[in-house]
Amino acid sequence: MPGRQTPIKQKSKSKTKSGSSGLPLSKNQLVKIYDLMVKSRALEERMIKVYKVGEAYFWIGGPGEEAFGVPLGLLANKGQGVDHDWMHLHYRCSATLIAMGMDFKTPLRLIMNKASDKCTGGRNFSNHYAFPEWNVAPVTSPIGVQYSIAIGTAWAQKRNKGKGVTIVTGGDAGSAEGDFASCLIWASRRGNELPMLITVQNNKWGISTHYDDQHGEDHVSDRAQPFKIRNCVINGNDPIESYIRMEEELQYIRKTGKPVVMETTVSRLYGHSSADGANLREGVDCLKEFESLLLKKDIITEKKVKDIKDNYAKEAKQAQIEVRDELDPVASSVWDHYYVNNESGDWRTF
Amino acid sequence: MANMAQAIRLALHYAEKNLELKDVFGQDVGAPMGGVFTATQGLETSWNTPLDERGIVGTAMGIALTGDRCVAEIQFCDYIFNTIDLLKIAGNTYWASYGNFSLPLVLMTPVGAGIRGSVYHSHSFDAWASRLAGWKVVMPSTPKDAYGLLLAAIKDPNPVMFLKPKALMRVRGEELIPGEPDNEKTLKSMIDAPVGDRTGWKANWPQVEDFTCEIGKGKVTRSGTDLTVVTYGRHVLMCNEVADQLKQENGTSVEVIDLMSIYPYDWELIKTSVQKTGRVVFVNEDTEVTNFAEHLSYRVTQELFYELMARPKVVAGKNLPGIGLHAELEEASVPQVADIRKEVIEVLKEIP
Ligand SMILES: Cc1ncc(C[n+]2csc(CCOP(=O)(O)OP(=O)(O)O)c2C)c(N)n1
Repeated sequence: MPGRQTPIKQKSKSKTKSGSSGLPLSKNQLVKIYDLMVKSRALEERMIKVYKVGEAYFWIGGPGEEAFGVPLGLLANKGQGVDHDWMHLHYRCSATLIAMGMDFKTPLRLIMNKASDKCTGGRNFSNHYAFPEWNVAPVTSPIGVQYSIAIGTAWAQKRNKGKGVTIVTGGDAGSAEGDFASCLIWASRRGNELPMLITVQNNKWGISTHYDDQHGEDHVSDRAQPFKIRNCVINGNDPIESYIRMEEELQYIRKTGKPVVMETTVSRLYGHSSADGANLREGVDCLKEFESLLLKKDIITEKKVKDIKDNYAKEAKQAQIEVRDELDPVASSVWDHYYVNNESGDWRTF
Repeated sequence: MANMAQAIRLALHYAEKNLELKDVFGQDVGAPMGGVFTATQGLETSWNTPLDERGIVGTAMGIALTGDRCVAEIQFCDYIFNTIDLLKIAGNTYWASYGNFSLPLVLMTPVGAGIRGSVYHSHSFDAWASRLAGWKVVMPSTPKDAYGLLLAAIKDPNPVMFLKPKALMRVRGEELIPGEPDNEKTLKSMIDAPVGDRTGWKANWPQVEDFTCEIGKGKVTRSGTDLTVVTYGRHVLMCNEVADQLKQENGTSVEVIDLMSIYPYDWELIKTSVQKTGRVVFVNEDTEVTNFAEHLSYRVTQELFYELMARPKVVAGKNLPGIGLHAELEEASVPQVADIRKEVIEVLKEIP
């Protein structure tokens, strides 16, 4: 499916090299993206197993969104401070973080609520990350709020003339929350436009409610039009299109300081969460499709595919085995980090 | 003497010059108005936002994530309710991220009745705010305390809610802010924007100095030995009045505590006072069911039960859906001097 872009049409300005395959990315890039997609899928499938064997209370994650998530992670200007991109992600963004360099143990410690879970100290659900060293804002469960909070980091980047932009992700159903409208309004004030990549991952569902039951607009990204925000729909099941279009849009934002709304079509391959079973479902599997393409174009061999998959599956399992034996949080830690600098928030101590 | 609106302005000016305060924002907060109570007039970093409370709170949280200091305003606390989930998140961000991200932001909002504000300009927020764990919540009763508490709030690395008793915005204090000119007219000519055309007007700021009121500490505004009144905001003035009346009439000695910080709160101050008097009345104007004073009263009964000479009492707003505009209605809804006086006398009379 070709990318649709309104109202501004423009040609790809991607600086990435065309390979001999005729594909618009180099062989190295293609293999790297594939490798990270497999890695991310291996992590999610392992986390589902962790849940199913009773070693986690709950699973929610992003298998099926790798073709969008991996390019996003590769293109983000990773680091701390306003000269780097700020990431306001939701609970389906494991692929982005894997592409940014997250290891397997970090998400496993999180889903298994270990004391060593450095994102939440055993306090939160799977895929609720927080990485200050990468400007990854804490993922939080209330749907949509990241679109309001993201305004502030974009504002600080603009005011401080930082080189970074603010990237925000979320689901299609969540775009009905007022925060999404807030984001469009605040990002597009005349003379105060904000450097933001406002994305929506459209998997056509909000838990059990279909897109058509919730929306009158054809595309969520159409809502950018009255605000004169550049907007597009891209095929988030195609990592090549995702990479090239996202690179282009990020270049535009970095150059102009203005926002872009990007809707991406993705699949919810294992359903909403463990609450509806976490079983493989019908739908476009971006990993399978990309794999067939790379095999067909002789960019990768069957053997290499098998090796990559086996290695990551093994690595993920090993990580689970090791994390399993790590310490659980202790009850007294509930009061940790109430206020900054260990100031007590327990009224009994006032 | 500065009034509270001027004191807030002076604090914000001091902070933008000395504490790296980068943004002061909210509806009508920037030029030309400088806030519906003029508390943000003449500042360099103030700006007007869209009429979108969720956007205001979200933006403050985002700015705070980057480490920059900001003060955001919700025009009236009556309009803060559609942000309550964001306020919850602001309160739990540091905790839920296990100390990875702190949110050093200040959210200020006018609260309470007393200006004939009708159903939607009379709400209180102190009881609600006390349930937003992770926040610090303060409420001044004098211009100088407003200055000191606001500077403390801006310096604090946690989210701080600064509740402005709107009925006190034009009330002057008895103490100068450090660096404030001692002539009220001089101050006015320096920092109050002219009526009418304000283009080209600039504040001529006095050299105000650093002064903070420690968050978590209250103070005694009337000392006494017969009964303790614990209150904050505009009710401090009313409770002082009751204490003064009773002293004059029959020498009754009522101690009034201005809590100043709702959370964390100054338990030592309350405890020491109640141990001395054995009688306590808590006064505020938020609605009475699950009122913050009920927590304090509970704690008093748990920890000081055998030192009490009378049952602790909570005098608060009636549990009504709103506050009616007519003076008769407003006054019947939130504690007035006469109500406080009556309850204080009852507790004084109680024989154990
Ligand atoms: C404010 C809020 N309301 C309800 C929920 C419960 N909830 C969790 S996920 C979800 C559906 C979200 O759908 P969408 O935004 O399309 O994202 P998806 O999960 O499909 O990726 C709901 C209703 C919530 N977490 N937050």
